[in-house]
Amino acid sequence: MNNKKEKQKNIFQKILEILKTMASKPSGLIGLTILVFHVVLAITSPLYVPHDYKAIDPTLMLSPPSSEFWFGTDSLGRDVFTRTILGGRTALTVTFFGSLIALLWGGALGIFCGLVGGKTDDIVMRIIDAFLSIPWILAMLLIVSLLGTTTLVLIPALGFFYGKGIVRVARAATHDVIAKDFIVSARARGHSNFSIIWNEILPNVRDAIMVEGAMRWSWMLLGFSSLSFLGFGVSPPTPDWGLMISNARGLMSFAYWAVLAPIFGLSTLIIGINLTADAFAKALGIDRSTKAPV
Amino acid sequence: MKTSVQEIKDLTIGFQSQKGEQISILKNISTTINKGETVGIVGESGSGKSTLALAMMGYVKHGLFTISGQCMFHSNNLLEMENKELETIRGRKIAMIPQNAGQSLTPNLKIGYQIDEALKLHTDLKKEDRDKKISELLNKVRLPSPDTMAQRYPHELSGGQQQRVAVAMALAGSPELLLLDEPTTGLDVTTQAHVLELLNFIAKDTGTSMVYVSHDLGAIAQVSDRVIVMYSGEIVLDGPVRSILKNPIHPYTYGLLKSIPKLTLPGLPNSMSGSQPQPGSIKSGCSFYERCEFSDNNCKINSPTLEYIDDLNTSVRCFKHKELTNQNDLNSQTVKSIENKILKNEILDLSNVSISYAKQKFLEQLFNKIEDSNPTVKDIDININKGETLALVGESGSGKSTILKSIAGLLKTKDGIIKFEKDKVLSNDLKERDHSFLRAIQLIFQNPDESLNPNHTVEEIISQPLKLYFGLKGQELKDKIIEVLDKVRLGEFYLTRYPRQLSGGEKQRVAVARAFAAKPDIILCDEVTSALDVSVQAAVLNLLQELKEDFGTTYVFVSHDLAVVRAISDRVAVLYQGRLCEIGPSKNVYKFPSHPYTEVLLGAVLEPDPDVKPKLVAEDIVEEKPPENGCSFQGRCPRILGDICKNEVPPWQTSDNGNLIRCHIKIEDLKNQQSLN
Repeated sequence: MNNKKEKQKNIFQKILEILKTMASKPSGLIGLTILVFHVVLAITSPLYVPHDYKAIDPTLMLSPPSSEFWFGTDSLGRDVFTRTILGGRTALTVTFFGSLIALLWGGALGIFCGLVGGKTDDIVMRIIDAFLSIPWILAMLLIVSLLGTTTLVLIPALGFFYGKGIVRVARAATHDVIAKDFIVSARARGHSNFSIIWNEILPNVRDAIMVEGAMRWSWMLLGFSSLSFLGFGVSPPTPDWGLMISNARGLMSFAYWAVLAPIFGLSTLIIGINLTADAFAKALGIDRSTKAPV
Repeated sequence: MKTSVQEIKDLTIGFQSQKGEQISILKNISTTINKGETVGIVGESGSGKSTLALAMMGYVKHGLFTISGQCMFHSNNLLEMENKELETIRGRKIAMIPQNAGQSLTPNLKIGYQIDEALKLHTDLKKEDRDKKISELLNKVRLPSPDTMAQRYPHELSGGQQQRVAVAMALAGSPELLLLDEPTTGLDVTTQAHVLELLNFIAKDTGTSMVYVSHDLGAIAQVSDRVIVMYSGEIVLDGPVRSILKNPIHPYTYGLLKSIPKLTLPGLPNSMSGSQPQPGSIKSGCSFYERCEFSDNNCKINSPTLEYIDDLNTSVRCFKHKELTNQNDLNSQTVKSIENKILKNEILDLSNVSISYAKQKFLEQLFNKIEDSNPTVKDIDININKGETLALVGESGSGKSTILKSIAGLLKTKDGIIKFEKDKVLSNDLKERDHSFLRAIQLIFQNPDESLNPNHTVEEIISQPLKLYFGLKGQELKDKIIEVLDKVRLGEFYLTRYPRQLSGGEKQRVAVARAFAAKPDIILCDEVTSALDVSVQAAVLNLLQELKEDFGTTYVFVSHDLAVVRAISDRVAVLYQGRLCEIGPSKNVYKFPSHPYTEVLLGAVLEPDPDVKPKLVAEDIVEEKPPENGCSFQGRCPRILGDICKNEVPPWQTSDNGNLIRCHIKIEDLKNQQSLN
């Protein structure tokens, strides 16, 4: 239908416009560049890695950076450069889908609670509060040790634990719009709850929830790396930054390269996501009042 | 020779647009405020009146800057002074009273402390003297028992009392010039009249010069000696209040005065077409050219200058002012007949309706009952006939919006039955109401900024009821939307606009279109014009009237503005504290005999005429809860009889012109007493 095509075109234009606004400030441009670099690297790196990431060579153990091994080798003689450029793949995939799940369930539940209010809201929020009081890393360790460390376990588990915070944000954003007359008007017309959420509330809280989700992504990345660091994330020999840091940290004093490279990878990605999320929020006008006419 | 307090010379204030152009918001303003004079600055939103008032304090808002000109206070140019120097003038020599006193008082400091702060800053008095001065000031603004009042927090006062405190604070430094920015907007009618009377008294008593900024010509007429009319950042008319309001020689002022609904005149006011131009859009010619009924080609090319007319003592910015000098038809409104199509069959019947905001206790929830002996709204009996406009009138807290919400099903009633088309009982619960009943009753809200989803286009907004009730899709839906938009005089190109891209009047039209898209039988209008400018208000009222004539829709019209109600309604119900006081055809309600409360309300209405002073018969106290027993108006009634009013609910009496009045005083006595004033 003509209308639909037009709408798609509109959305595409809007995304382009948002990206342009984000890139117009240096911090946003830097963040976007770093993020895009990491994503491209994660997708394409298997095509051009110089060495096999699991090739163990005891003779090359802990050799310093050289023309052949740019970032040196680790305690098993594996190439650190190869492992570093591959090391973000699992982390990025797991946390991306994890935050998507967090966004979906957290956002949906938050909006629902905000709209319905009353007893339901009270009960759900107290349960959320109870979950918030459990140290997430302990709970994660429990889940992972019971169900294993496959991505199919990690993604929903991380998604669940990071979605709790989004529930609160989505609920607060919903409370902002719920008292407005256009919601009252829709109610008086007799729209269903679902229709009110979909048509009236979602367009107004979408931006806030998306920005929150972007921030959660970087936190989740750090969380996931912590799990790997503790040995509960990715299982060896799959390269992963958290795991690499954990393996090399004992040898830091004389083989700093083996730990510096993954740290650099992890921190740049987190900074990149943070800057992007920040610029994203500003481009949507969430912390500024740019939405006011003129 | 009068001594001037402030002299504004050729002041132009503007901002830099994104393209780097300088766009003026105020254009070449020159005027003088004399000692002891009260000057009213009037204009619609966007005319630059608040920017001018702020400039008079030496303040230019962030983003704006002075392009040229001076603002001289005695011999200092305020706009060039350093902040340190300005501190010695602001508050001490020039004080400001903001629009919303409730928001300008710090909520967690006592009233006395806040006035003391102002005194410390602006006077050299010692502690004991300051304490004395505080009660003196509170006394001056006529707050009861000043000493206990000083110990209260702002939220413990009513809106009118808060505004009085703001006046007291402004007077703390005994300023030479007092700037008031819409000081009575947002107050109830009776409170407004009291505050204005107080300001008049203070102006005379202290000899302070005042600048009174407002969009309300009624309020301006009561306080000002001189009036400045602003349009699009220019002074278009400047002269004594009588000559401006009785013989406006500028077409904008003329149109503005004609678009105000008046108590004394039935029928709808004339509306002015168009809207104020955006800043920077007028390159040449008169800024009022587009909307002017007297304009010719000369007005399009040349900009008129401010011309002083000797015999009227007035300055005017218009080439054609001579044509207007002898116009004297301000009070001859074209009365459109609004009677006729009312059918005598009931469409909505409220019988014995009570509504309570009390929270249900556990047991009551189980039995789905509310026990509240003194509910917010009680014993409402109203029949509404098909095709009529019934107005619910009252001050804030009178329960008028509450009743509206109950009719719409948004609020549960405690007792009583609401029947639709005689025999169909409307359920208490919105979810249990039949879809056809929901369609039949539509709502229009006060503030279109809030009632339109900011993330929807006009097309999406209007499609909501069409999709929901008629299941329209695709081209059919689009055609219908265009048809509905056309009815409210909006073109097809509005389809893709977002609410933020529309003016206030256009937004309200979209809201009206959305309501009419459902093909309703009844439309509930909740203060639909009170957020709009006067000229836009007249246009929306006219639109509503035309739509009603086309579709035979019934309106339930809630408003606090008696003049607006007079213009549009066929029948009026007056409410006080959720109880009906009087109900009858609007032509009779506006005539005596009436319920003492109606009398108070009518007396407090501000007419844009300096010779019609409001009558202040009752105190403007606000009661938090309706009284348990007796008449609802017993606390403020100027004609109270005694114990009977406090103990017994007054009976309904029918006056000889068919009005129903609920009062213990006999109709005959009411008639006699009221004709005395």
